[in-house]
Amino acid sequence: MSDQQTRPGAPGAEPDLDAMSPQELADYGAELDGVHIVHRRDRFPVPGTRAEKRAERGVAACFVLTFLASVAFIVIYIAVPWQFSITDNSYAWYTPLLGVTMALALAGIGVGAVLWAKWLMPDEEAAQDRHDGFSDEVDTKATSAALVAGLEMTGLGRRSVLKRSLGLGVGALGALAVVPLVGGLIKKPRGELFSTPWKDGVRLVTVDGRPVRPSDMEPGALQTVFPGVPGGIKAPDGATMLIRLRADQKVTHRPGQEDFGWEDYVAYSKICTHAGCPVSLYEQQTGRILCPCHQSQFLVTRDATPVFGPAARPLPALAITVDGDGYFVARGDYREPIGPSFWERP
Amino acid sequence: MAVKTGTPAERAANWTDERLTIAGPIRRQLNKVFPDHWSFMMGEIALYSFIILLLTGTYLTFFFDASMGEVAYNGSYTPLHGIEMSRAYSSTLKLSFDVRGGLVIRQIHHWAALLFVASLTVHMFRVFFTGAFRKPRELNWLVGIGLLTMAIGEGLTGYSLPDDLLSGTGLRIINAIIMSIPVIGTWTAFAVFGGDFPGTEIIGRFYIIHVLLIPGIILALIALHLALVVRQKHTQFPGPGRTERNVVGERVFPIYGAKAGGFFALVFAILALLGGLFQVNPIWLYGPYNPSQVSAGSQPDWYVGFLDGSTRLFPSWEIRLWDHTLSPLVWPAIVMPGILFTLLAMYPFIEARLTGDTARHNLLQRPRDVPVRTALGAMAIGFYLVLWISGGNDVIAAKFDISLNAMTWIGRIGVIVVPPIAYLVAYRICLGLQRHDREVLEHGVETGIIKRLPNGAYIEVHQPLGPVDEHGHGVLQYAATPIPKKLNRVAGASRRVRGFFAPIEEPPPPDELETDTHRELAGRPADPRP
Repeated sequence: MSDQQTRPGAPGAEPDLDAMSPQELADYGAELDGVHIVHRRDRFPVPGTRAEKRAERGVAACFVLTFLASVAFIVIYIAVPWQFSITDNSYAWYTPLLGVTMALALAGIGVGAVLWAKWLMPDEEAAQDRHDGFSDEVDTKATSAALVAGLEMTGLGRRSVLKRSLGLGVGALGALAVVPLVGGLIKKPRGELFSTPWKDGVRLVTVDGRPVRPSDMEPGALQTVFPGVPGGIKAPDGATMLIRLRADQKVTHRPGQEDFGWEDYVAYSKICTHAGCPVSLYEQQTGRILCPCHQSQFLVTRDATPVFGPAARPLPALAITVDGDGYFVARGDYREPIGPSFWERP
Repeated sequence: MAVKTGTPAERAANWTDERLTIAGPIRRQLNKVFPDHWSFMMGEIALYSFIILLLTGTYLTFFFDASMGEVAYNGSYTPLHGIEMSRAYSSTLKLSFDVRGGLVIRQIHHWAALLFVASLTVHMFRVFFTGAFRKPRELNWLVGIGLLTMAIGEGLTGYSLPDDLLSGTGLRIINAIIMSIPVIGTWTAFAVFGGDFPGTEIIGRFYIIHVLLIPGIILALIALHLALVVRQKHTQFPGPGRTERNVVGERVFPIYGAKAGGFFALVFAILALLGGLFQVNPIWLYGPYNPSQVSAGSQPDWYVGFLDGSTRLFPSWEIRLWDHTLSPLVWPAIVMPGILFTLLAMYPFIEARLTGDTARHNLLQRPRDVPVRTALGAMAIGFYLVLWISGGNDVIAAKFDISLNAMTWIGRIGVIVVPPIAYLVAYRICLGLQRHDREVLEHGVETGIIKRLPNGAYIEVHQPLGPVDEHGHGVLQYAATPIPKKLNRVAGASRRVRGFFAPIEEPPPPDELETDTHRELAGRPADPRP
């Protein structure tokens, strides 16, 4: 920008800079920048009045507050007990005290600075000229000409061989940049989405690895069970709900899955078919299983079919039986992928 | 120029200028004028909370270990002793309990993140409703939309890092949403998570995205945003003396700078207070992530709530075609926000196309003067709020003892019914406010003084705001500025920058009678003539 030469508001003759007071010089500089001081009023035209002293003391008090609060912060940081203890609650003051002293220290500086500006600095209002819209004609024309002339020098318009080969090279270079990233990250989904650790004969174990017997649960109870294989409890797709029906409940099974339950026990995947949260709220009285994430509701007596909310598919059922030792085992993996829908799911 | 003369400050200035020739540009920046209005602080709050996020976030990285390797917890929070958990979770516990003062910094960081997105959103409302996005500032609106999306992404990745039960549930849902994308969903999810959920990669990847990639992009966008504000200069509300060709306010140095610096400290102070006094995300109460567990009332941070709500409300419409499945998740969690943000980004261009407005605008509009835009904004906010409230519909149902299913249906119907109602109500309010402005200009301000006429009739005396014609009707034209509606507003209007909550009346001292030109430039309605 060439502000110095073409400044419309600037006084015509070059002023004598050395003869100007700092204020005059600053205002002159503002005019050079297109800034016109339209109003300036000293808050305290007579210096040293009691009102001015009072304002000054008010601002200084804010900064002193910062000093005191900062010291308090450091003292608290060092001296106040801070280690968690289950028996002694005194540590609970630590974080609030740090927060409050830090806030006071910062607020002192903040309020002080704002009050300084509002109480003591002159009340000033300035108007600055805008220069928007198109650039000067000479700038637009010369710049586009520079671009056109520069392109002409390269001969890019004429040399189509260069243009094409450059395009080819840059395009391939772009692909080169993307390929390692995509290649490094990409991972072919194999069977993971279609299988879980459940297999024929795998025991149903509780979260602490204990196998479950039919006599372990009361009617109406729900127990989360996991595949009794190494890593089964941690497996994100293995969690299963083992439900013992009440005497008055009867499950209408899906066609082809009529024998999946065992006596008054049924087992369903715990992973919601909507977004994969564990559906864990079981309402014994109504036989509804609620997902706490998006409130899908599945009705156990209708074979865990969704009856409300955004889930579209029933929870997959696990075929169970009792092995020779009297413990629950699976009779195979789930027949369908568990959890949320995905494109490849049939 | 003599080098060895002057004060040390002068010598340092000379030393620099001799090398950089920078006196002129520095003076231009010092003299830059910023207009003053309370609504312009929203963007400042966003900027300051981002700086606070950088400061506190850097502190947190000294202690956080973004690893999904398993350890048995042995820190000082005894209730979790011996429990197997990821290093990410264990190190977050450590920085909450075993790093002195770590918890207050962590909580300030979380509060600052909440405030960052909140202030961005309110700043966007300000820009939208006052028409600040219009030509020539469409580019900066786009930068702002980029900032908003990046801020949400930054919040989402940061929220996932501690690997507690709550954030792990969030990750599970994110995984399901990615999987729901047609054709490439599973491949994308496997690329992001490094295999089947949850894998062992995601925390480390989100970490580098959270501490380097997105902050870098946000920083670059903020630099661009501010550069454009400096280049194009700030918008201002209309008022006497304020034109399309100038900007009226305070210069950067010293007054605006002192106020802005003080304001930064105040924003930091409020966040420190929140971080100290108000618990946020107490991860030690949730326990480590476990795919088979979840707690009731699981909620994301506020800015993701509208997506949670839309996901809750959307019906169970799953499409199965030719051995493929289109999940019902894809509509509320991918398509809806996609459309929403595209419309948001395109709005300046849509409005310009519909109104045929090709002029440059540096003066802001009062929302009431643009009823259609204001009503559209109200409609969008109504839509967003229904979704947002539905994101917590289980909590509302539990607290107010309402049926959960009823809450869902209220949301499903509300999301269709509320936006048009919001449109009509906002439109009508705008027209009412416009009419009242004209009425006051024509008949004057109600004084509360009742006068009995000789014929026995009672009238209320109205104080005209300016000169009147032969019928006693005001001749002042509406100038798109606030009209004083009460007598004490007329007096209070003598303050150039009125207080937001309480206008302070301060009659100017008699020895300081100002000129009319100054009064015009100062942006006050002209005083009533005696």
